[in-house]
Amino acid sequence: MIRLMVNGQSYDVDVEPDTPLLWAIRENVGLTGTKYGCGIAQCGACTVDIDGTAVRSCSLPASEAAGKKITTIEGLAQNGKLHPVQQAWLDLDIPQCGYCQSGMIMAVAGLLKDNPKPTDADIDAALTNICRCGTYQRVRAGIHAAAAKA
Amino acid sequence: MNYMPKIDRRSFLVSSAAAGLAVGMRLPFGDEAAAQTALPPEVNAWVVVKPDDTVIIRIARVDMGQGTLTGLAQLVAEELECDWSKVTWEYPSPGRNVARNRIWQNYQTAGSQGIRQSQQYVREGGAAARMMLIQAAANDWKVPAGECVAANSVITHKPSGRTTTFGKVADAAGKLDVPKNPPLKDAKDWKIAGKPLKRLDTPDKINGKQVYAIDTKLPGMLNAAIKLSPVIGGKVKSFDAAKVESMKGVKKVVQVGDYGAAVVADTWWHAKTALEALPIVWDDGGNGNVSSETIAARLKEGLDADEAYVGNKQGDAKGALASAAKKVEAVYAYPYQNHAPMEPMNTTALWTADGCQVWAPTQNAEAALAVAAAAAELPVGKCDVNRMHLGGGFGRRASSHDFVEQAVLIAKQLPGTPVKLIWSREEDMTHGRYHPITQCKLTGGFDAQGNLTALHMRLSGQSIVASLLPQLLKDGMDPFVFQGLNPSGAEGVFGYEIPNLLIDHAMRNTHITPGFWRGVNNNQNAIYLECFMDELAQAAGQDPLEFRRKLMANHPKHLGVLNAVAEKVGWGKPAEGGRFRGLAQHMGYGSYVAAAAEVSVDPKGQLKIHRIVAATNCGNAVNPQQIEAQIQGSFVYGLSALLYQECTVKNGKIEQENFDSYNVMRIDEMPLVETIIMPSGDFWGGVGEPTIFVAAPAVLNAIYAATGKRIRSFPLSKHDLKSA
Repeated sequence: MIRLMVNGQSYDVDVEPDTPLLWAIRENVGLTGTKYGCGIAQCGACTVDIDGTAVRSCSLPASEAAGKKITTIEGLAQNGKLHPVQQAWLDLDIPQCGYCQSGMIMAVAGLLKDNPKPTDADIDAALTNICRCGTYQRVRAGIHAAAAKA
Repeated sequence: MNYMPKIDRRSFLVSSAAAGLAVGMRLPFGDEAAAQTALPPEVNAWVVVKPDDTVIIRIARVDMGQGTLTGLAQLVAEELECDWSKVTWEYPSPGRNVARNRIWQNYQTAGSQGIRQSQQYVREGGAAARMMLIQAAANDWKVPAGECVAANSVITHKPSGRTTTFGKVADAAGKLDVPKNPPLKDAKDWKIAGKPLKRLDTPDKINGKQVYAIDTKLPGMLNAAIKLSPVIGGKVKSFDAAKVESMKGVKKVVQVGDYGAAVVADTWWHAKTALEALPIVWDDGGNGNVSSETIAARLKEGLDADEAYVGNKQGDAKGALASAAKKVEAVYAYPYQNHAPMEPMNTTALWTADGCQVWAPTQNAEAALAVAAAAAELPVGKCDVNRMHLGGGFGRRASSHDFVEQAVLIAKQLPGTPVKLIWSREEDMTHGRYHPITQCKLTGGFDAQGNLTALHMRLSGQSIVASLLPQLLKDGMDPFVFQGLNPSGAEGVFGYEIPNLLIDHAMRNTHITPGFWRGVNNNQNAIYLECFMDELAQAAGQDPLEFRRKLMANHPKHLGVLNAVAEKVGWGKPAEGGRFRGLAQHMGYGSYVAAAAEVSVDPKGQLKIHRIVAATNCGNAVNPQQIEAQIQGSFVYGLSALLYQECTVKNGKIEQENFDSYNVMRIDEMPLVETIIMPSGDFWGGVGEPTIFVAAPAVLNAIYAATGKRIRSFPLSKHDLKSA
């Protein structure tokens, strides 16, 4: 049993210590907003926040997240109010298929926490999530929009 | 182009006739009766209005990110005259479509056809529903329907000023006959269609609530991981189930057809862990010696083969080339590429002796239904497909439902238990339906005055339809290999007048399964033609734009988009900051597109694609902001392919297994895409694919301008762009 703290709730999950956190979240906790894309920390679809840092959960053993504060896309909005990044994504109609966007939004939320007003060069250096639909141009606009509001 | 396998339609008719369209023949999930009781009675097949005036618009085509759902809803709502803020939507299942004599027509969502091929009948559906709602109100008021109008979901009797709402009369309206051939609005009168409205499906995509097929959860559901023959087309010889049956969570180890093995477990992670430990012996099916080199040699032979299928012929190209004052020749090659949608292949299936239900991410739920029924060995009428959201499609999930077949074959071995099959990314990368591999030899001839008098374009390579839809071959010829190079037709007309022209195809198929990949054969055809047009312009000592213009006088729509990008990018004036420009134009899926690229290449050979100007004439533009999104995305997909993507073959297997060896453009490489949408109003063209055709050739022509290097094989990552 591993105790995971996800979105402010505690879950005792019966997984082996080396089970990737992604699959513990999806299959044992039951939150499917966090996505499987590659399993090797390349695409970022599985990005969650752990103790304030954006982490690719497909490549992190669940045991290493035990007891830490995990936030998934389902827990990003607070008290019914969308996070500024979510609001910008809604305002600019950014998602296409949307499959990568949970991870994209979590990665951008992490970026803005570290760097509230990123330049284009900062965005280029920090954001490496894959979007196959190709939403990057609007993602960039969305980051600036969210930064302007925060 | 219609990718719907003809055989499927026939089997639907046979099967649904045999089943007698009996009510209650399906399992509880997605049952027609349940679906009907969950909602108020429909006005007609396309429109349901709830008492609170919520409008549910039925969408036959599927949204995989391309915005079709919202666009189709706009077209229906425009004619319905409903309140857009109250519009929602549902996907009717293919089982319901079969049971209702295909009232929603074609489900195939590929070839950029979602809107252009269904706009007429969905608009008529909306218009008919409006007429029925008005008639119901008029009947209630005992006034002539002609004295009533509808706007914003409110019906008004003009002489008296009386009003009612759609929700109040929907029940009565649904009992009226559906009017035939209702008149439709002119596009200039549109208030909902043609506007840059927000997508209907965004809110759930920003908070994790959107359920994709891979997120399907059912009571008692198990999970399966699958290993397919590493050599495509190979077979399972044996596997040692006993080695993994006692591993944690494992419920069953099963063979899948003759080509795969799967572990079924409580969780997918347990299934995958056990599958990796499962010893499997494979039969390579005789293709264990095939490599990229052997395939390339086979295609190279086709470049000069005597026999070839002719796709476009004017005059006598070979004769004119023999007597040309000057000849230019080049050979290009295009590699295998994987679709790699973000959501790997998956399907959930529940099988019993009485029926089979699947939950699938499919671009064509009718084809998925046919595959599911065949695998289930049950009549189509006892099966159905629950249409789930897709995490990307790009053609992978349109005409190949291998993942659906596998899920059903697994579930059949656990009757009554729903099983969710998920492919690992590695299975997805190595068992795709790859962008076909081709080569092309182009020979151009000039007369003594420097006029282009002849062009021979010999394509050699793989046919998608020979593998996937052989019934579409015409006397052995695959007409789709000539996309964008045809003498006429809506699907892709060659845009130049050359007196002696020959475009032919030597079909050279391999064991690697090809598929329809966003843009399909237009992608390599546009590279071959548009890069070679630049080579010809150079040989003639002419500006690439002026050289093209002279040959395009009879193709004003092709020329129109080319001129638009040339003007906006500033062609003819020097580019700033060490940038160089390239152009390309092409026509396909009913639309005319062109792009101008601005790139720079530093002395170390580092390429930067700064700016793209892209123009589309799609005839009618239903949602300009979604068209803009599609155009931006098409450059990411097309330029990712150009920069990085090649699936190579070794020992019969695809070598690239994940995004570490099959790279994708990230945000730092995204050029600024400036979009020109210039619908001429006289036709309906697609938008999901077309601009991808011109992405690579415009950039390649700009790279030539910057470096003097002609790149003729791909991806670019294989080449050194450093100054010589």
